[in-house]
Amino acid sequence: MEELFDPLSMARWQFGLTTLYHFIFVPLTIGMALMAAIFQTAWYRTANITYLRLTRLFGKIFLINFAMGVVTGIVQEFQFGMNWSEYSRFVGDVFGAPLAIEGLAAFFLEATFIGLWIFGWNKLPALAHLACIWLVSIASMLSAYFILAANAFMQNPVGYTMNEERGRAELTSLWEVLVNPVVLAAFPHTIFAAIMFAATVMIAVAAWHMRRGQHTEVMRPALKTGLWTNILAFIGVAATGDRLSLAMVDAQPMKMAAAEGLYETTEAASFSLFTLGTPDGASELFSIRIPYLLSLLSTHTFDGEVEGINDLQEQYVAQFGAGDYTPLIWVTYWSFRWMIGLGIVSAFISALGLWRLRKNAKPMSPARTDRWWRILIWSAPLPLLASLIGWVFTEMGRQPWIVFGLMKTEAAVSPNVAGWQVALSLAAFTVIYGILAVVEFKLILKTAQEGPPEITDDDAEEGEGSGRDQLAIVY
Amino acid sequence: MDIAQIWFILVAFFFVGYFVLDGFDFGVGMALPLIGKDDTDRRVMINTIGPVWDLNETWVIVAGAVLFAAFPEWYASLFSGFYLPLLLILLALIARGVSFEYRHQRKHRQWAQNFDRMIIIGSVLPAFLWGVAFANVVRGVPMDENHNVVGSLFDLLNPYALLGGVTLTLLCLVHGAIFIALKTDGQIRIRARRLVLQAAVPTVIAAAWFLLWTIWLHTGYAPDALQAAGSDRAPGVGLVWVILTAAAAAVCLLAAVALTWRGKEGTAFTAMAATIGLAVVTLFLSLFPNVLPSTTGVGGLTIANASSSDYTLGVMLWVAIIMTPLVIGYQGWTYWVFRRRLTRDHIPAAETAEAA
Ligand code: HDD
Ligand code: HEM
Ligand code: HEM
Repeated sequence: MEELFDPLSMARWQFGLTTLYHFIFVPLTIGMALMAAIFQTAWYRTANITYLRLTRLFGKIFLINFAMGVVTGIVQEFQFGMNWSEYSRFVGDVFGAPLAIEGLAAFFLEATFIGLWIFGWNKLPALAHLACIWLVSIASMLSAYFILAANAFMQNPVGYTMNEERGRAELTSLWEVLVNPVVLAAFPHTIFAAIMFAATVMIAVAAWHMRRGQHTEVMRPALKTGLWTNILAFIGVAATGDRLSLAMVDAQPMKMAAAEGLYETTEAASFSLFTLGTPDGASELFSIRIPYLLSLLSTHTFDGEVEGINDLQEQYVAQFGAGDYTPLIWVTYWSFRWMIGLGIVSAFISALGLWRLRKNAKPMSPARTDRWWRILIWSAPLPLLASLIGWVFTEMGRQPWIVFGLMKTEAAVSPNVAGWQVALSLAAFTVIYGILAVVEFKLILKTAQEGPPEITDDDAEEGEGSGRDQLAIVY
Repeated sequence: MDIAQIWFILVAFFFVGYFVLDGFDFGVGMALPLIGKDDTDRRVMINTIGPVWDLNETWVIVAGAVLFAAFPEWYASLFSGFYLPLLLILLALIARGVSFEYRHQRKHRQWAQNFDRMIIIGSVLPAFLWGVAFANVVRGVPMDENHNVVGSLFDLLNPYALLGGVTLTLLCLVHGAIFIALKTDGQIRIRARRLVLQAAVPTVIAAAWFLLWTIWLHTGYAPDALQAAGSDRAPGVGLVWVILTAAAAAVCLLAAVALTWRGKEGTAFTAMAATIGLAVVTLFLSLFPNVLPSTTGVGGLTIANASSSDYTLGVMLWVAIIMTPLVIGYQGWTYWVFRRRLTRDHIPAAETAEAA
């Protein structure tokens, strides 16, 4: 049994898969909560029914998705202890703090006010009810902040000291952990990325209905909002991605070298759009390159020096002892490009969409219009894919370290959990997550296709005033 | 009292909060087939916990995270050592959570019934397994000198722990039934009260047996006594305290049943919450100052050797002092907002699963 399932690789697969799965739902939760809050605010201020209908529609999609984010999140919270007990012992003193703050400050807030928002439609005064969805949105971003701060410690350990006697890292400054340069860049980057995905989902829903010529009066504003949001959020992602690159080069120069497959230290380094070569990237046959771009990304100068893998490897061997300190080059190389590329394609499609929607646009043939709607619908997952791939880059690029420079992944795994146990849990999670993904996807699709609920002016009045004591029956 | 001991109390506080609050959610889930005669009944029952189950469940996430921050060694040993039970708890909580959310999405009888089944399993299993886990923590588990739990799953399934599981399950069932009686009206309320009285006898027997066993383990006469020779378990707070809280829990349980019988549901619910709270306190008291004792004489964890550094405990204490009252405040407000009783009349007739 022991040889059949290597505990380390099982645990890595399980952590990678379950975390990525969790992150399928996270961006939509973060982005949609914000969108629902904005629409509800617009309704509150203008009393325009269109906004109420949009709030209801996207609020419902948000809720279906939220349930999955919550149940998959619990697994994450427990997994550190279950599968990575040596890691937990080693960094718990530092790493546990942001997690605990996340629970106390964000999860409680979110879980409480989401209940009030769902069940309180006819019960709470309109302004209090509006405050609930805003608190939900804020809480989802807070939880992202604290978890990213925890993750940033793994990328760039700060605010700690080594206690040799107890063989662990100990916190010396909570503040330093919370303002780690990596989290300051990663947080807005992740939030903008999440907003991009919410925007493309909104665009897809709107395009689906527009293509059928239904609910146009509601879907047109949704489409426009979505297109603009996606473009603006992309600009945010790119700007913060630039900051994140700088922070990363500071903390983990090896990751940037691996992102380019740059073996020799180079000045005025170029950035390859793609490369054909040996699988490990050690030699290249053909590539298209943008001059100076890598130096620009890494140092903000055209001729800045970018350290190469070979130099860094040597340097790390001298510093940490013999070993291989290079992450899997083909993964880092391609994930970095796909993350950026998919985001650019998504933003580009949105820009085209706005161009088509302009007032004096020439009408298109029905066939072309139809194709155009289909592109908008099918391009919805692009930002999500970019985000997931971005995480693969971040986490795989950190290897072989689990906490950069302090602890290797192989030393972090629970020594007392047998390989077959992890294989069992991995199989169980895969099956149940697979089933749930299908169910959730179908429900979201069904909700989206049913479209915005019909709401008459009377209903809306009632929603605000009378029947104050009615619980909105939801389940 | 040093700061690590204060954190021990805080960890106990979050687990008390979890079992008192999610405890009645579990009970409502278990009671679905016992009280709910049709889909409308079951929807009434589920909607009584609708606005609050998520925030109740969040208590265990926070309890886990607080454990991680304040006692990393405890968190690491406990969660890796109880790998398979925790896996089952996670799967059950996943099933329960999505079922609440997805059950009503289609008006289809089979659809609703499948999710009902998942809610029932997702309520019984975690209650039982948490009981097993906590009883094992009190009793101690085989460990090596690096604090790793080395026993197999069958070490965890000893009679004392199994009784702990049964006890917690029954306590949650009664707790949930009282909650339903408090939050509904009409036939459901009547049936809920009847369920409390029916479940009272086995619950009182199991709880009394379990609490007496816990006390017996402390006296040193039990074969697996907590202070066996060669054990590295640190001496505890004294038997008298354990007996006192156990007795108080027992009194509250009897009071809760009697009050339900008299139709005083509000006070009965308070008494039942106190029962569960005191039972958990009893376990933590009998653990103190150990956190995960070893039955092999090596590797046992105590407050002193499992806790974080003084700096971490210090800043986190400030965070807890600021956040906890706030959290209790807005959660209390939620319960107040949704204080009304629910009846079948609230469920829109056209929407029930039977209609499809
Ligand atoms: C819509 C999604 C999306 C898009 C279009 C981009 N990213 Fe990104 N990126 C993410 C979504 C993402 C992410 C999933 O959110 C990551 C993973 C970890 C993190 O903090 O954010 C990430 C990580 C990440 C990292 C790794 C940080 C680290 O390892 O410490 C870098 C350097 C960049 N990004 C840079 C960029 C640049 C220069 C982009 C140019 C436009 C870009 N990203 C587009
Ligand atoms: C506090 C936050 C996080 C911690 C503590 C953490 C920790 C870990 C650990 C322990 C591993 C296993 C080591 C390995 O497989 O190489 C890992 C891998 C991974 N994590 Fe993270 N992670 C965090 C955040 C995230 C997030 C938010 C995501 C994405 C959604 C993510 C994605 C991944 C992926 C894809 C892997 C697999 C890489 C591989 O197989 O090597 N991580 N991370
Ligand atoms: C691997 C590390 C992670 C852990 C341990 C973790 C833990 C959790 C938990 C326990 C929940 C459920 C909360 C509830 O019951 O309300 C949750 C949900 C959520 N997580 Fe994660 N998560 C991780 C990664 C991430 C990342 C990287 C982000 C964002 C960038 C994120 C953002 C969210 C959001 C927005 C939710 C849903 C809203 C909420 O309940 O707060 N998570 N996560």
